[in-house]
Amino acid sequence: MSDTVIFDEMHGRDGVLRSPYAAFDGWMKEEDAARLRRKQREAEEIFRLTGITFNVYGRAEAAERLIPFDIIPRIISGREWSRLSRGIEQRVRAINAFLYDIYHRQEILRAGRIPVEMIEKNAAFLPQMVGVTPPGGVYTHIVGIDIVRTAENEFFVLEDNARTPSGVSYMLENRETMLQMFPELFAKNRVQPVSNYPQALRRSLSACAPANSAEEPVVAVLTPGLYNSAYYEHSFLADKMGVELVEGHDLRVVDGKVAMRTTQGYKPIDVLYRRVDDDFLDPLNFRADSTLGIPGIFDVYRAGGITIANAPGTGIADDKAIYSYMPEIVEFYTGEKALLQNVPTWRCNDAEALKYVLAHLPELVVKEVHGSGGYGMLVGPTASKREIAEFRAKLEAKPGNYIAQPTLALSTVPIFTNSGLSPRHVDLRPYVLVSPEGVTITPGGLTRVALKKGSLVVNSSQGGGTKDTWVLDE
Amino acid sequence: MLGKTAGGLYWMFRYLERSENTARLVEAGQRIALTRSRSDDEWQSVLMTASSLDSYLAKYPAVTKENAIDWLLRDRDNPSSVLSVVESARNNARLVRTALTREVWESVNESWMLLKEALARRVPERDLPEVLTRIRHRSAHVRGAMAGTMLRNEIYNFARIGSFIERADNTARLLDVKYYVLLPSALSVGSSLDNVQWESLLRSVSAEGGFRMTHGQTVRPLEIAQFLILDRRMPRSLAFCVDKIADNLRYLAADYGARSATLALAQTLIENRLSQPIEAIFDTGLHEFIQEFLYELGMIGRQCEIDFRFYE
Repeated sequence: MSDTVIFDEMHGRDGVLRSPYAAFDGWMKEEDAARLRRKQREAEEIFRLTGITFNVYGRAEAAERLIPFDIIPRIISGREWSRLSRGIEQRVRAINAFLYDIYHRQEILRAGRIPVEMIEKNAAFLPQMVGVTPPGGVYTHIVGIDIVRTAENEFFVLEDNARTPSGVSYMLENRETMLQMFPELFAKNRVQPVSNYPQALRRSLSACAPANSAEEPVVAVLTPGLYNSAYYEHSFLADKMGVELVEGHDLRVVDGKVAMRTTQGYKPIDVLYRRVDDDFLDPLNFRADSTLGIPGIFDVYRAGGITIANAPGTGIADDKAIYSYMPEIVEFYTGEKALLQNVPTWRCNDAEALKYVLAHLPELVVKEVHGSGGYGMLVGPTASKREIAEFRAKLEAKPGNYIAQPTLALSTVPIFTNSGLSPRHVDLRPYVLVSPEGVTITPGGLTRVALKKGSLVVNSSQGGGTKDTWVLDE
Repeated sequence: MLGKTAGGLYWMFRYLERSENTARLVEAGQRIALTRSRSDDEWQSVLMTASSLDSYLAKYPAVTKENAIDWLLRDRDNPSSVLSVVESARNNARLVRTALTREVWESVNESWMLLKEALARRVPERDLPEVLTRIRHRSAHVRGAMAGTMLRNEIYNFARIGSFIERADNTARLLDVKYYVLLPSALSVGSSLDNVQWESLLRSVSAEGGFRMTHGQTVRPLEIAQFLILDRRMPRSLAFCVDKIADNLRYLAADYGARSATLALAQTLIENRLSQPIEAIFDTGLHEFIQEFLYELGMIGRQCEIDFRFYE
């Protein structure tokens, strides 16, 4: 890939300024580079003080690190956004319908649109959920859809995060930081606000409470604890929603309800926004060695006594092998063509596909079906010969564990460097809330940026940073 | 409020209080070291006051000024070193983040960042005053953020209970180690050496000025003891601290509509031990008094954990 074919969201392919960036560019041209450098350092200081950190697994000496923040915003026009939102809403509704179906009548399997073994042999399928209907019929209360762009009008969904998408605290803090540092920019641009996300989240979760809950349902956030990589976000969300942040050992089942230990005794919870994986949720029903969960919570759940968000078993919808069927899934449940495209995907358990993938490894991105966070992934064009050889061996040993996709020419947005603006690849994760009252999409989301020149890996664990994401008023 | 959160707040503020107390102890020890040629005895008593002489001696063969200071300020093997407690305070703050205002959290987080930096390596003697001042300033900063931004509710009550249990414990342990300086027999000696000791005692609780304001220039052991134990105006005296503990337990009782067993213990402590003249305390024995006080204070702490369900 040469640089000339890459679509830059500020300067297009031909270096002509794109209209969403017009006001920003005018401001930027007036700015003194030294002042901006100072602001970049100031931003880092703000983050450090606020304590917005993440923990990197396997690196004891740097237990808490900051995700680098770049001060140049990523700007999306109102029109682009409405188009994206329609596609996102359609997709999220389809995902919920799919989950209901897959844990009930499995019409989609009967219709032969997805092979039965894709579900039955899938570790992400949770047999305990068969026949269980979550309160309000909502499975994915919070979804983060990863979207990449390759051209003016070309967007692809890279991943559907239907379990516990993280990163929303960065969306909020990035905006706060920008507002604090560059108030004048927000006077020149009409940027749609994101700050009401925590209130929207609480409202959306409350709307999914079990039928017998009080008028103001008791909501709590369940965290694995202080040492989890996303602990900051868990406490941030609980704080902004004004609800308790609990751990498994704060909870127990009392009189058929899940209750939290308060200074005045046990108090029942109606909705639990859990940031603990399915496996660890309930040692009596899932992994017996889990110390993070609550014994018996799943029995309360089956009896309709608590809402668990997201519902257990939603992993089957964002499994990378199922991903390749998303166009069929959208069509099957909505009766419409998918508005957002999928990235073409080779499923390596298919012999023909595997043959093709093995022959084209240097051009492809290969992902582990159950991997996440950029771990266990091969980016062919930037990988060394040795890395490719190692991956080939893994693929041959367990082809069913992998999918492959063409290396997309991800769009770029400039970042601020010591020598001025320089383009870097980005992706976008908008956050979507689902309740019986409807689907709410916060305008913007988290833009992740690969800070290394030419790199396509945006994950924070792999040297990625973040940007504030602006959606302009239409 | 979660029991865990109440416990986290209680410990967060105990640790913050401890960081300040340790800094003050080191400051007083250093002061004595400057006025005497041989100060190792003094450092031994500082380590005893900080309840860490045994653990210190497990690491070092003998008490020296340099090692004692390092142990008290920055040794991670010492769970009560300033560095350790500031880190523990911050971890507890992360645990109870949702109960704190942004100002308080940022103040604690900033304290941790600054002190981690200031205590990254051994503190050279010439930098010691500055580092000690910084530790006390950070503690004052957190307290100020707390007083200025936090609601006066149960959250505040648990924070205050933690602060005052720790403070009472610290003053009592200081008296426990130094009680002999205050015995009437010490009066007859009246040497300048003892003046240094008394001054150090007052300095360890930032009370030189307050004492002079109350009692003038005449420094007599009985009055010092009265000041540190019974004076209800002195913010580090035993009576003041236990009053505050009881006050906060009463606010909780009003809030929850139930009086706790902890409150009963605190009231008993006030009535039985802190409502008598200082002469009566000397009659029963200062040392015994302090021992019993420390025991009963410990009971209050333990009962508090049970009453308010800090742990499972």
